[in-house]
Parts: sequence; C-alpha cells; structure tokens
Amino acid sequence: MPTNAPGNIQPSEITPRAVYLQRRRFLQVAALSAAAGWLPLSAEAGVKLTTTGKSPLSTSEPPTPLKEITHYNNFYEFGVDKFSPAQRAGSLITHPWNVAVEGEIRRPNVYSIETLMKLAPLEDRIYRLRCVEGWSMVIPWVGFPLNALIRQVEPTGNAKFVEFTTLYDPEQMPGQRSPVLSWPYVEALRLDEAMHPLTLLAVGLYGEVLPNQNGAPLRLVTPWKYGFKSIKSIVNIRFVEHRPTTTWMKASSREYGFYANVNLHIDHPRWSQAKERRIGEFFKRDTLLFNGYAEQVASLYRGMDLKKHF
Amino acid sequence: MLGWVKAVVFFLSLAPLARLGWLGVHGGLGANPIEFITHSLGTWTLVFLLLTLAITPLRRWLHVPALVRLRRMLGLYAFFYAALHFVPYLWLDQFFDWAAIAKDVVKRPFITAGFAALLLLAPLAATSTTGMIRRLGAKRWQRLHYLIYPAAIVAVLHYLWLVKQDLTQPLFYAAALAILLGYRVAGHFRRRWRSADT
Repeated sequence: MPTNAPGNIQPSEITPRAVYLQRRRFLQVAALSAAAGWLPLSAEAGVKLTTTGKSPLSTSEPPTPLKEITHYNNFYEFGVDKFSPAQRAGSLITHPWNVAVEGEIRRPNVYSIETLMKLAPLEDRIYRLRCVEGWSMVIPWVGFPLNALIRQVEPTGNAKFVEFTTLYDPEQMPGQRSPVLSWPYVEALRLDEAMHPLTLLAVGLYGEVLPNQNGAPLRLVTPWKYGFKSIKSIVNIRFVEHRPTTTWMKASSREYGFYANVNLHIDHPRWSQAKERRIGEFFKRDTLLFNGYAEQVASLYRGMDLKKHF
Repeated sequence: MLGWVKAVVFFLSLAPLARLGWLGVHGGLGANPIEFITHSLGTWTLVFLLLTLAITPLRRWLHVPALVRLRRMLGLYAFFYAALHFVPYLWLDQFFDWAAIAKDVVKRPFITAGFAALLLLAPLAATSTTGMIRRLGAKRWQRLHYLIYPAAIVAVLHYLWLVKQDLTQPLFYAAALAILLGYRVAGHFRRRWRSADT
C-alpha cells in the first residue's frame, strides 16, 4: 500500500503555512538579491530616487509630514482601519513586479516595474489629496505622467476608458480574505482624464521609493478626484471601449460615482463634502472645487451635469 | 462594601478619558487626533449605554439586586461621554455655527440620529438625582427614563449610518442592544401571558 496516499499523511508532515510562506519569501528575496547585483534600479521602499526636480504643477502648500502620510492610510487590502496598512503591508512583495498593459492598444506589453520607472523622467509633484471621508493631506509624490505610458502603447480608436486593477493575492494582502469589498480593487478613468497632464503614475514619496502601505510599487494619483480613485499596487492597465464598473461603485453606486470629482456642492448621501480636515490642522477648512485644480480640469467636464455624473 | 464598589466603578469609568489624555501626551493619537478622540468618545458612550441597560438583566441572572445601585452612575457616564463626543463636532467641525448645525441635523441622517440620542439623554441626566425622583414621583420618573430605549436605538443607528463600508463594529453594538431590548420585550410578554392565565 502506498504510504503517501492522501489519507496517510500525518498532520506533522504538512509544512505549516507560516513556514511555507517564509520559505517562499526567502526564495523571492534570494532571487532579488542575486538580481540586485546587475539591476540599475532597485524598487525597495526607502531607496532614493533621482528626479528632474519639482514640477511646476506642484502646490506650494507645506507637505504633510512623512509619518502621517505613511501611518494614516485607507488600503483595505491590509485592513479597514487607518493604522493597519502601516503595520501589515510588510507582507506585500513588490519585487519582482510586472504590470500588464493590454486591451484596445496597438502595442500591448508586460512591463517590469524597473522598465516603467525608466519610461519617462521622474518628477517631484506635490499634490493635495482629498479623501471622500472628509480629510486631506499635501503629498510630495515622485512619478511620471500616465500619458507617457499611454503614448507608448498607442490606443486604438476603440479605447475610451482605462481600467486599472490592483494585485489579488490574499496571502500577501490579508484584507482580501474579508468580503468588505469585491476583490481585486478596480478603478478607471475616461481616456481624456487619463491623458491629462496632472494624472500621475507614482512610484515614490518624499524622494524615495513608495512605502508598501502607500501603494507600492506603482499607484495612480488623480489629485482632483477623491482619494479612492488613486488605485494602489497596480498589476493591470487595460484600455476598453465601455465604462468599467469600479469597486466602490459596486459597493454602493448611490454613494460613489464613476467620476468621484472633489465637489463641495455635491454631498455624499450621508455626510457633507463642504469642508475637510487637513491632517495636522485643528479646525476644518473649506473644500475647493476639483480640490483646487478647477483651472486645469474643469474643461474635461464642460456641459456635463455634475450632480448626475458625480 | 457598596461604597467601595461604587468608588472602583467611578474611577474605572474615567479610564477611557485618562487613556486619551495619556495617548495625547505621548503622541499616540495618530495622524488625525481629533477623529481618534471623537470616535473613541462615541464608542465609550455606546458602551456605557449598553452597560446601563445590562444592569437589570444582570441583577436577575446573578441574583445581585444591589447592582441597581450602580445604574445611575453608569447612565450618567453615558451622558458624560456623549456630551464630550459632541464637543469636537460643535467646536472644531462647526465652530458654534448654529445655523450650519441646524442644517446639518436636518439633512444628515447620521447627525440627526446622534443629535437625537444626545437630546433624549439630557433630561435623564437632569432628573437623575434622588430629589428629582421624589419631585416627579416614581411612576412618572420611570416613564420618563424609558427614553433610554429610543436613545440607545438612535445611538446605534448613528454609528451604523456613519461607517463607510465595514459594518462589523456597529453591527456588534446593534446585536448587543437587540439582546438587551429583546430581554425586556420577552419579559413584557411573559408577564402578560401570566396575568392572562390567572
């Protein structure tokens, strides 16, 4: 009788999950260190990034301290409270990391994070970030405009929207075991929004590679929209003809629309959007239309009923 | 003996406030300390409301009728934490803009519910003294104090409606409240059946 028939495996012979995961991580880290010898660019959090300097699109407001930006995060893949991502995002392996770019484009491709980081010169962009919950920060991102990537992949005439998807791996992202949202996280922009010079693919923060809890190694930043549009840890960028249904629309389409533009006049059904608490400030301040970027982006929505297309 | 127990409960009930103070001094309130404090005070209001409502079933289960002597203090703590919970909203969010507050209360279900809970609890706190019980008469006083039931219900609704997506926490409080109110409803029907039998 074969001794390794399924029924004969002793519980003691099964590798405990934690050990198995550790082993996997060890192999990945080992492969990474071997590769690091010849890689021109490492994508580990904290590594200094070379940039072309501060972009003129930056705000002159004082940036929120790094400690706050990295310890007050909405990243449900690591838990639903603001403190969990900083504590738990260490389990995310950001290297190696590939991003599939596909759909209605002439040059579909799978990009490694290293290739993406060299796709266009990295810039420092200090942007306001306004969360749909009513708080805000000023964040010095490092990244490059999404339109640099879009030009390279050559969208076809059918490409009307760009859909982004976060990694799905409950072993690395334990929050995905909870059904609080439908996983993986999906966000999308209209093609002209995606092409807008303000739309950033961020790879860094405060001049260094993004910490995991902030969406490493690659995240979107759309500063005139509520924070949840700025999807984190992207593995897929897909050009499509029809408007995708995003994760928060699925969760509650009455409360979260496709556009999610910051708008003080359109309240969340349950709370006001007229004011916000800037992290580090005592009193609330008035929220600005399109989060203060109206001059640059209002033309994208000309003629649209913003009450309907919220 | 009772004096000792009361003193211990009195100081234990201040622990949530002391903890906030300690965290504040040691920079432990996180990036958004005002939100942290507000949420914490709200949570403790719910805890004290539920504790107050748990006294009656507990004294029967445990056969310790004297527990009722703690009820007034727990109820007053519920109001104390509710009032403190309201301060950041009044001062930091709205800066005493009464017109804006009135609009907010009318327009936002979760604010409406929270504000209603505070209003319902206020007369209970005001009539908590032995003198007031005497003045109102036990019967009327008791009828007035049934207001704790709607107060607790709207307090839980306030939490349920506020949460963005993950309802685990508010549903936990809703379940605890349902048990405590269910106990009373069951008792009510048991008494009616019994009186119908005789």
